Amino acid sequence: MSTILDKSVLKEIQLHLESEYPNEGCGFLLGTDSHRSRHITMMLRSPNQSTENQRKRFVIDPLEYLKAERLAQQLKLKLVVIYHSHPDHPAIPSDNDLEFAQPFFSYFIHAIQKGKMAGTRSYRLVNGQLLEEKFSIHQTIKTT
Amino acid sequence: MITIFIPTPLRRFAAEQTQVRLNARTVSEAVQSLTSIHPSLKPYLFDESEVIRKHVRLYLGDEDVREKQGIHTSLKEGDELSIIPAIAGGKY
Repeated sequence: MSTILDKSVLKEIQLHLESEYPNEGCGFLLGTDSHRSRHITMMLRSPNQSTENQRKRFVIDPLEYLKAERLAQQLKLKLVVIYHSHPDHPAIPSDNDLEFAQPFFSYFIHAIQKGKMAGTRSYRLVNGQLLEEKFSIHQTIKTT
Repeated sequence: MITIFIPTPLRRFAAEQTQVRLNARTVSEAVQSLTSIHPSLKPYLFDESEVIRKHVRLYLGDEDVREKQGIHTSLKEGDELSIIPAIAGGKY
């Protein structure tokens, strides 16, 4: 399984998560999915609804989730990634991340150090563990 | 008949269907009926005590059934019940 992320989408994620610093930011990524590969083409930011400390927790409203699913259906895409930031913390899943992990989804964790994106890692739930998976960044070249 | 929306991560346990239509008078009947059609869904919806998992939300239209009568909430013809995984986490 290989995951390809458009560079423009990564830039949008970066802008979003840096703007949320020092809080955690979160959202969804949509794209195409086959058994062999995923191609991420669109991001949807979601408000962090955590009523705990948003510097170390994120929660997405269930209705935001439904909106993302419906949009993906309309666009004939799939909801394939949940992304969130770890402000001033490595891009390594916590016990809290693992507790909420679902099968199928990729989980992108973005380290934000002093307000700037410092790294991105992707994980998937395999046999009860979040294991790191590879992804590549793709530059979409627009022709006129 | 009512419609149950299956979220993306659980579709592989429901023959890749986005939604399932079935007859049910309550949320409990709907979910039981769904898992009898697709038994592989059961461990993702119910815990060992046969209670809906705490990280699974059931929405009737745009309302959380926990704010209604929970799994005893009545359903009527044409209702849409959505299964929604809780999306949350955080650095520690």
